[in-house]
Amino acid sequence: MINLAARDILHGWGKFLFTGIGLGLLIGTTLTMAGVFRGMVDDAQVLIDNSGADLWVVQQGTLGPYAEPSSIRDDVWRGIAGLPGVAETGNAAYLTIQMAHAGRESRVMIVGMDVDRPGRPGAPGYLTAGRPILHGHYEAIADERTGLQLGERVRLRRHEYTVVGLTRRMVSSSGDPMIFVSLKDAQEIQFLKDNDALVNERARTAANPAFNRPGVPGLLEAAQASSGQSRNVNAVLVRLEPGANPDAVAGEIQRWKRLTAYTREQMEDILVAKLIATSAKQIGMFLIILAVVTAAIIAFIIYTMTMAKLREIAVLKLIGAQNRTIAMMILQQALSLGLLGFLVGRASAGLWGPAFPKYVLLLPGDAIGGFMVVMVISALASVVAIRAALAIDPAEAIGG
Amino acid sequence: MDKVDKVPAIRLTGLKKRYGTGDAAVDALKGVDMTVWPGEVVGLIGPSGSGKSTLLKCLGAVIEPTGGHMELAGETIYEDGWKISDLRALRRDRIGFVFQAPYLIPFLDVTDNVALLPMLAGADNTVARQRALELLNALDVAHRAGAQISQLSGGEQQRVAIARSLANHAPIILADEPTAPLDSERALTVMRILNEMAQQYQTAIIVVTHDEKIIPTFKRVYQIRDGKTHEEAGEGRPI
Ligand SMILES: Nc1ncnc2c1ncn2[C@@H]1O[C@H](COP(=O)(O)OP(=O)(O)OP(=O)(O)O)[C@@H](O)[C@H]1O
Ligand SMILES: [Mg+2]
Repeated sequence: MINLAARDILHGWGKFLFTGIGLGLLIGTTLTMAGVFRGMVDDAQVLIDNSGADLWVVQQGTLGPYAEPSSIRDDVWRGIAGLPGVAETGNAAYLTIQMAHAGRESRVMIVGMDVDRPGRPGAPGYLTAGRPILHGHYEAIADERTGLQLGERVRLRRHEYTVVGLTRRMVSSSGDPMIFVSLKDAQEIQFLKDNDALVNERARTAANPAFNRPGVPGLLEAAQASSGQSRNVNAVLVRLEPGANPDAVAGEIQRWKRLTAYTREQMEDILVAKLIATSAKQIGMFLIILAVVTAAIIAFIIYTMTMAKLREIAVLKLIGAQNRTIAMMILQQALSLGLLGFLVGRASAGLWGPAFPKYVLLLPGDAIGGFMVVMVISALASVVAIRAALAIDPAEAIGG
Repeated sequence: MDKVDKVPAIRLTGLKKRYGTGDAAVDALKGVDMTVWPGEVVGLIGPSGSGKSTLLKCLGAVIEPTGGHMELAGETIYEDGWKISDLRALRRDRIGFVFQAPYLIPFLDVTDNVALLPMLAGADNTVARQRALELLNALDVAHRAGAQISQLSGGEQQRVAIARSLANHAPIILADEPTAPLDSERALTVMRILNEMAQQYQTAIIVVTHDEKIIPTFKRVYQIRDGKTHEEAGEGRPI
């Protein structure tokens, strides 16, 4: 027996091919949406993994440092370092700024870390080029996605920094590439105001009678000096000794230090379940709509193709073709269209995925799942056409 | 022809067909009697709306009669309802159709249009195509065997349709106005072919026609008037 579905497709292949490509672009968009979501989850995972921390100690009652603002003093680590089970601690300050580089603006996350000795948590996991930060001041390690080159000088707020090292896949929870600097530099970037702001701030303080008291010489100067600098960080990252129980140490920190401590599991929950939950729902909505549109397109095309063949189908019935033969022909065409669409979609998603500003992660498992869904949608979409075809009276082939 | 010890290919007695019910009912066939022997080409003529197509559709098991008796090769096919369950298989194996417009399958080439029938009946592709080529050869269209249907002339399409109707060695061929789209020379050619095929394969062929040019070629003609048939001797003019 010849394959009627294939013969019919080959006879009108142009239409079939272009429909398949159009469908493929739609499926490609769907796969990319899933990839964007996977990328977000992966970014969060990488953020946690690459921080090198087992516990995150943040301001009491906040979901910091990534999901909510958190501010703690930069010396609380001393108390934490002494607790049993704690191997190493590191301060971490995060802030997102606009960076002007190579003629265009981009968003980067500045990460301040302790650089007094190597191996403190918070430093990038590994470098793809260059060296760690040695001098406390004005050196930076940049993620490759910033576009910065080794040795390049870049202006971050008030000062110029030299890129001494490069790293990879270090991004914030919203996908902005990271630039690592020393904690002091980060605090300066974060809190040190520019000259106009300083002048304004001083004028404000001077105008406040509480600070500018005629009877207390030196008070105004002291108040102004202390407002000019900051001793705060966003979190203390803690690495535990092997075998230490994270929940126990976290409990200990919360009990004694009036701080909140999160384990890796809790942090994952905050980043994946809370921080990107809305985006995930957003993408989920898109996926549902795209699936429905895909189904509608396949159904429409297969229905149209079948309607154009009604006379041939009546002839097939007249000369004795069974319903099974006719239904198979339509089903196979729908599945072929789905297959072509999927292949085009997977290929195009792979092509345009890397061009997206945020990480697009196309998982083989998602591709297989997507393929199954496309096949099921194709099969379901052919039902209407099959019903129409089976309803045709073979007498129509004879006419009057 | 010695008809005594033969079984008629088709035997109808009092066959009735009523379309619709109640006030809208149309009695298209009011009791048709007809006998066609193997190897015979019989004409079926009558004015428009007299029930020719209806009779052919009943014979082809495409529509169900509403009364009477229908027998193919001695086997009762209809009597108060169909007597066999798989009508598609009946059509596939025992009845060939040729229509006014030769409805071939446009997405298959000439050979496969003919070979499709044996294939549907379960024949091997090679065997089916072999059979198709033989028939195309017999009908003088073998040189177009690989062509697309849309590339054929009307007469060529009609000959391919005839080849298709013969492809399963069907003992009965039903042709509804097969010469309508053809000029008189080609119409006569088609009739000659049908007569040859009837001789060669002992096929019983019923040809519905209005065509004055081909009516004289029948040896036997059934006139249909008011839903009843009247048998007449034809001229049987050689082609
Ligand atoms: N599906 C149907 N439903 C109701 N009435 C029908 C139907 N098909 C045919 N008829 C009626 O039955 C009668 C016979 O029709 P039929 O098609 O058999 O005529 P015909 O002899 O083939 O005519 P023509 O030479 O014009 O093709 C006509 O009166 C027609 O209107
Ligand atoms: Mg008619």
